[in-house]
Parts: sequence; C-alpha cells; structure tokens
Amino acid sequence: MSQNAEKVIDHFELFRGKEYTEMLANKKCLFEDPVASEELERVAEWTKSAEYREKNFAREALTVNPAKACQPLGAVFAALGFERTLPFVHGSQGCVAYYRSHFSRHFKEPTSAVSSSMTEDAAVFGGLNNMIDGLANSYSMYKPKMISVSTTCMAEVIGDDLNAFIKNAKENGSVPAEMDVPFAHTPAFVGSHVTGYDNTLKGILEHFWDGKAGTAPKLERLPNGKLNFIGGFDGYTVGNIREVKRLLNLMGVEYTILGDNSDVWDTPGDGEFRMYDGGTTLEDTAEAIHAGATISMQEFCTDKTLDFIGSKGQEVIAFNHPVGVEGTDRFLMEVSRLSGKAIPPAVTKERGRLVDAIADSSAHIHGKKFAIYGDPDLTLGLAGFLLELGAEPVHILSTNGGAAWKEKAEALLAGSPFGKGCHVYAGKDLWHMRSLLFTEPVDFLIGNTYGKFLERDTSTPLIRIGFPIFDRHHHHRYPVWGYQGGMNVLVKILDKIFDQMDQSTNDVAKTDYSFDIIR
Amino acid sequence: MSTNVSVEEVKERNNQVIGEVLEVYPEKTAKKRAKHLGTFENGKTDCGVKSNLKSIPGVMTIRGCAYAGSKGVVWGPIKDMVHISHGPVGCGQYSWAARRNYYIGTTGVDSFVTLQFTSDFQEKDIVFGGDKKLAQIIDEIETLFPLNKGITIQSECPVGLIGDDIEGVAKAKAKEHNKTIVPVRCEGFRGVSQSLGHHIANDALRDWVIDKQTGKPARFESTPYDVAIIGDYNIGGDAWSSRILLEEMGLRVIAQWSGDGTLAELEATPKAKLNILHCYRSMNYISRHMEEKFGVPWVEYNFFGPTKIIESLREIAAHFDDTIKEGAELVIAKYQALTDAVIAKYRPRLEGKKVMLFVGGLRPRHVIGAYEDLGMEVVGTGYEFGHNDDYQRTTHYIKDGTLIYDDVTAFEFERFVEKVQPDLVGSGIKEKYIFQKMGFPFRQMHSWDYSGPYHGYDGFAIFARDMDMAINAPVWSLTKAPW
Repeated sequence: MSQNAEKVIDHFELFRGKEYTEMLANKKCLFEDPVASEELERVAEWTKSAEYREKNFAREALTVNPAKACQPLGAVFAALGFERTLPFVHGSQGCVAYYRSHFSRHFKEPTSAVSSSMTEDAAVFGGLNNMIDGLANSYSMYKPKMISVSTTCMAEVIGDDLNAFIKNAKENGSVPAEMDVPFAHTPAFVGSHVTGYDNTLKGILEHFWDGKAGTAPKLERLPNGKLNFIGGFDGYTVGNIREVKRLLNLMGVEYTILGDNSDVWDTPGDGEFRMYDGGTTLEDTAEAIHAGATISMQEFCTDKTLDFIGSKGQEVIAFNHPVGVEGTDRFLMEVSRLSGKAIPPAVTKERGRLVDAIADSSAHIHGKKFAIYGDPDLTLGLAGFLLELGAEPVHILSTNGGAAWKEKAEALLAGSPFGKGCHVYAGKDLWHMRSLLFTEPVDFLIGNTYGKFLERDTSTPLIRIGFPIFDRHHHHRYPVWGYQGGMNVLVKILDKIFDQMDQSTNDVAKTDYSFDIIR
Repeated sequence: MSTNVSVEEVKERNNQVIGEVLEVYPEKTAKKRAKHLGTFENGKTDCGVKSNLKSIPGVMTIRGCAYAGSKGVVWGPIKDMVHISHGPVGCGQYSWAARRNYYIGTTGVDSFVTLQFTSDFQEKDIVFGGDKKLAQIIDEIETLFPLNKGITIQSECPVGLIGDDIEGVAKAKAKEHNKTIVPVRCEGFRGVSQSLGHHIANDALRDWVIDKQTGKPARFESTPYDVAIIGDYNIGGDAWSSRILLEEMGLRVIAQWSGDGTLAELEATPKAKLNILHCYRSMNYISRHMEEKFGVPWVEYNFFGPTKIIESLREIAAHFDDTIKEGAELVIAKYQALTDAVIAKYRPRLEGKKVMLFVGGLRPRHVIGAYEDLGMEVVGTGYEFGHNDDYQRTTHYIKDGTLIYDDVTAFEFERFVEKVQPDLVGSGIKEKYIFQKMGFPFRQMHSWDYSGPYHGYDGFAIFARDMDMAINAPVWSLTKAPW
C-alpha cells in the first residue's frame, strides 16, 4: 500500500506504484484483448510518416480535433459584453450547460446564460411556448436589463422564427413590451464561434439602431466624432479590453467599446457574486450609431457587423488581432487618424520599451521555426509578430479560416523573407497538424490547451496562446494587444525557449556544458 | 447554522427560504418548482420531491442533455472504440477530454478517449442528410485509425430531426469492415436531462454489443470469482482504486464499465458471476438486462469513505463463498491503520463542518458517508437528473431536516447557500466560481476538482485532504478588505 495519511498521494503518483501497475498490466493482458505490441509500434510509427500524412490530408468527411467551436458559443460571448444582459439560448438545454462550462474552464469565472429547454414536444410543435415561459422566468428571476436571444441547431433545424416568437412572448406579457430583446439566428452548422459572435453583435446593434424590431423609430445617424471599438471573440478579452481602454484614455479619445466583457469575466472575490458586472451600457450601444468610425480588432469575427455599421455611413476599419510593434503601430495610427488625437509621448515610450526588449532577446528567437493554429484573426496577428521577431512560421492552420483568410495569411508571409517557407492551411484540424509536425518538424507550436496532445505526440514544445486555455490559470488577465501586450507575448515565447534550452542541457556529464546561468 | 439549532428550527428555516425563492417566480413556475423543493422528514420513504421532470425554460438549470449522458458518460470512456460526435462541431468540442476518464493506452493509435471525432455538420448535411457523410467518416476512420476495435455514433440534435438512418449506415458498415459499429440515438433534445442519454446508451449497449454475445465463448477461462465493475467512469482513477480492493479480496475483475474499459470487456461482462454497480442511475438498465437475459445478479456498492467501503465489501462478499468473505475481512483489516490515520489527521480539522451538495448520478447520496466519517454533516443535497428511486435510496443516507432541491436552478442554489451558510459547497464547474466569490469554500464533485481518485481507501485519504484544503485555505479569511 503506497497511500499514507502523512503525505497523501493522489493520481499523479498513486497509480505508478507497483500494486497498481501490476494490476493494470494484468487487466490489459487478460481482459482488454490488446493489440500486439509490435503491431501497435508499427502503426504508431506509420502515423508519423509521409504516407500517413497523405492519407490524412485526403480526408473529406471526418474531422478530428478541430480548433473551432459552434456559433452559439460566440453568441453567448457577444451577449455578455453588454450591461446586465442575460444570454438566452433558444433550443436544447444541454448546449447552454456546455457553453457555461467551457467559458468557466477558461476564465475561471462564472458564466450566466439560460436555455429555453426545448425537448421532443418542442421539436414537433415548435418552441414558442418555451420562449414565452422562458423569457418570463428569466426576467423575473435574474432581472436583466436586456435579454439577448440566440439559437442552437435544434431550433434552427425546426425553423423557429425568433422575431415572431419574441413579439409573441411580449404580447403574452413575458417581459415588458419596451424591454430590449435583440436576437440572432446562430445555427451551429454554419461557420464557427466567431460567426456566432458576429451575428449576435450585429443583432444587438440592429436592434438598437434599426427600430427595435419595428417597435421604435429607426435612429438617424448624427456623426459625433467618437470611435467605436470592437474586440471580437477573444480569450484575452479581460486583459485586452482593459489595455485598449488604457491606451485610448491616454490618447484622450472619446470611444465606446461595443461588447465589453472585461468586468463580467473578472469579478472580485469579496463575498458578493455579481451575475452582471460592467458591459457596454444600452444607452451607449444606441448612441454608437453616431460615431465617426468603428474599429474592429478581428476582421473575421465582425464581417457582417462591420458591413452593417458601414451601411450607416461610418468608416469601418478591421485589424487581425494585432500583436507586436507594427500591428500596434497601425492600430494606434488609425485611432489617431480617426479621432484626430495624437499618440502621446507616454505611448511612444511604451513602444520603445517593446522594441528595446525585442532587441535584447531577438537572438534567441531569430530563425526559430514555429507552427501556429487558432482562430483566423489570432493566427494572423501572431504570425505578424513572429515575422517581426525574425522567427520563421512554417505552418499556419485555422480550422475556421476560409479562402479569404488563407489569401490574407499568404500575403502577410510574402511580405517578409522570414515567411518564405511557410504554408497556410485553411479548414484543417489538429490531426492534420499532427502530420505536419511529424513530417515537417518545427521548434515551437503556438496554440490553445488542446495543443498539449500535439506536444506530447510530437515533442514540439507548446506555447499556450489562444482559446480555450484550460490548464494554465489567469493568462486571460494579461493583454496581448498594445505594446504591453506584445511584451507579454514576447516573454511567454522567450520563457518557453529558455525552459527548453535548460531542459535539453541538464543531463549531467553529458550536455551540461550549455546549461548556462546567463542567457 | 450553528449546532445548537433544533431540527424543527431547521425545517422552519428551510420552509422559509423555499417560500422566498418561490415568491420570485411567475405563478405557473412557482407551482412547478415547489414540487422539487423540500425538507426530508425522518421515516419517509422518499425525499418528498418530484424528479425526472422537464426543466423549466429560462431558469438556468444546471442540467445537460442526452448526448452528454451517452457520449460524455457511458460510451466516451470506452477507450479502444472511436466515438463520433455526429452533428455540428460544438457538442464534441465542449465535451472533449473534459471528464477526466483516466485510461492507459496509446492515444490516437489504439486508444481514442481524448480525441474529438466529429462529423462537423454543415448546412448541406442538414439539407441533404448526413448518412453519406457518416458512411464516408467510418471509412476514413478505418483508414486512419486501423487499430480501433469499434465505432459508436453519438447523435446530436439535428440527426433525429432530419430523418437520418444511422442504424442503416451502422449495419452496412459493420458488415463491410467486420467491426462493431453502434448507432446511438442520444440527440440532446430527447428526455429531460442526461438521464435519458444514459438509458439510450444502455439500450444501444444491449442491442449492439451484449445481446450479440449470446452463445459465444469467453476469451478466457471463467472462475467462480469473476465480477464486473459497472458504472464507474474512472474519474481521476476511481475505478482503479476500487478494482484494487476487489482483487485484494480475491475477486477477479473481468470488466470495467466504462472508465478505462474496452470493447472486449463489454463483451465479456455477461460471463461475470456478479455485476457490481456503482452508478445506479446511469447503468441500472443494463445491469437489470444482464440479470434477466444472462442470469448475472447485480449488487449496488458505495466506495466513498471507510464506513460505506466496509459495508460494501461485506455485501459484495456475501455473494460468494468463505474465501471471499475472509478476503473482505483481510482487506478491511489491511486498511484500518490508514483509515485511522487519515481520520486522526483530518477529522479534528473538519469536525462539525456543514456541507451542501448538488451533483449528478449517485454522488448526492453516496459521498455523504465519507463526509460523516470526517465528522462533517451534509445539510442539503439534490440531484441534477435523479429519479424517484434515487431519492428513495437517499433516505438511507440523510438526516431529518436535510434541505432537498431537485434540478436546482442557479437562482435557488445561490439563495439556499446564502441562507444555510454551509462551510463547504460541492457541485460543478458552473457553480464553483459563484460560491467562491460569495466566500464559500467549494469542491467540484463531478471532476473531483482535477484531483482524485476519491473511491476506495486510497481515494478516501485524497478526499479528506481535499476537503481540508478547501475549507481551511487561508484565502477565505481575506475575502473582506480590512478597511
């Protein structure tokens, strides 16, 4: 028996003890009908081969380990960016349990959202009653100021009409007639979580600007020179939005963050649970129509939203999750141009600090090969930063990236000698990436937590940047935007590089000559 | 709640807080929810609440769906089969490797638990149907993952709505590839919770695996002491720290369902002399079936905390001869010193602490004994997806005056905890951060908060340590700013 009350051992150690390893070896050989070890070895090796890669890339129907989620997740994200807003997901209830868990595992924060809990009868008769009862219950229990309705695939397949249902529910007195209940159809079988973000944000803006589903006059735009800022679906939203606000405040820009999730996913542990905290006020959301321009940090997250905003006469500018010096330069220069405010010396100094840090460390990054995967905008932002660090991206993959993304990524790579050997993979998954890492190895992999399976299989060290990050805590509190954010990303990359150096030079009397105390 | 409060006062407080939450609901909802909330009265045969009914729209139920019950619970842990999340990408993504069903194997080569296989339905699959795509997916799995022992098709909502014939595809492809291919109709809209998904998954096991074993010889020579562990998902290694005790008492575990399980073990199970059932809720159906069809009796057991472990070891042994009965006593004796040491260390730190639980499966009752072994008291409990038979079984565990909440809403749970002021809340990830922000120590009792195992004697030591670490963490004294 290895357990012991003095020093309790848990799963990390317990099952490595002799009694357990013997027990499990017996289980395997007597009852599991295991694959013969030579055959296992043969197939395991084969999965690393070029031949396997070819078969793997010939897949047409099967997806294995995708780096994307479904639209309704993005819908919940977008809805939570508004003041006292309850995301209401029309469809099966299990979906909402999944979204809430998924966000809570990433942010280590509560995530409040409700479902209309549709079951078989709703599949047959439609979910109108679920909407009527659901809105009434949510309203009386959770006292939201706004309820943002989206759909799961179930409601979409049976064709429920949100506009009509919400109208009907209001007529039934579920919520006051004047209550803001914007909606968006967010079918899980179209696009990905970034599409759901886009549709929902557009739905909210449409609601406020275009006459609240026919219940109010449409707003007339009276340009006021303010700027709107949209962060998009972003795992670093807490740190990023706060950093952007800091920069905009330093510049003295008048702005509205459209979709501010920074407080709701970072509430204090002070004895009170705040179901709602922060968020863009509904007044500001309506007023945002009058802004001179809107800046989105994520083009592929805000495609339709920007079209809609542009149709109101605003100038719309989209970035691709800018990370690093040049990305931040472009962002700030656009802010400056659009607002007429100069970039203050304090910010220029921050830029200088990041440049200085890169100069200090670039020797360790220069020429290192990287694979990157993630959402379309994030991969572009990170690739841009790697290029300016003198690193060489080799594989860039985005499961939810399409042809437009691929073209953009290839153009970015073509603009730098460090991007020459890089290939871009749109619509591929992490099982494709596994083949890439085996057949064309790189020094480091950048991706979300699921990348740890790739790290284990291919021994490519993983730098965790993306969404979701489940197995490291609190990184979402640190920005990756702005010069400060660039610094954070730089340090994250460097830490992994140095850890890797130490780990590969710590074999005493063999490799320890390079185990340097100063690097 | 201090210890000198009488049971009558507790009941009065429960009534009061139940009344307070019901007041907030619209009338129709209040009427429905009232049936799910109550106080246990000593001597009653159930907990006085309704259960296994539809969740009410818009209330923020904690429940999941049938797909979660089938793919996430019953089938997903079978390690040498590929489980296809059939439908749009999300369901498989959110449940990907999230449940900590430990296993040993070469992932991606002969084991597949922590891979996310999805058919990633697009609009055209909804419009034209997904059967062709499914057939092609199965072929591609055979090409790229040739060592898989079988495939299951875990249906997501659209599959049942668009009229796909996954059974037809499964049959044709099973024949073509000479493999076990199991279609599971666990669309998320079916039933009221995960629970129907368990049942559907059990039925699929019955029809596509177990009944096909009729008349087939075992892969091994049977012994009089062959048993199968049913309903242990090996979260954090729970099934392993249970299995070791059964083997130490002289039994031979021929199958584990389904944590760290294999298709071969599923197939061997009708050969067991006794099925020992941990999670009654999720696997009683198949246990009953094997009893009726193959004459394998089953017995429920509880390996949380020494009191229940000892009772269970003796009860399991009672189904066998003296060798096993003596074996059980030897096991009990072997671990007595460890148990005494764990209790001596942790009980003084936990004595009198009050706990509120809200979990799924068997845990709302099964863990109560383990808390009591540490001198703690469970003052409120409820099931995410329990049925009346769960609430009946619960009466053997709980005390007079225990607050009972079935399918609790986030709103109710918050109010109840606020009122009852327990020293510890045990529930899930969606609840964890709410209560921690309110200043209540919390442990996730689905995933063991990434710790475990909690089953068996080895697990009890970890359980005790974890509860101590949650309750006695210095952070709880920092909640209020000193100014």
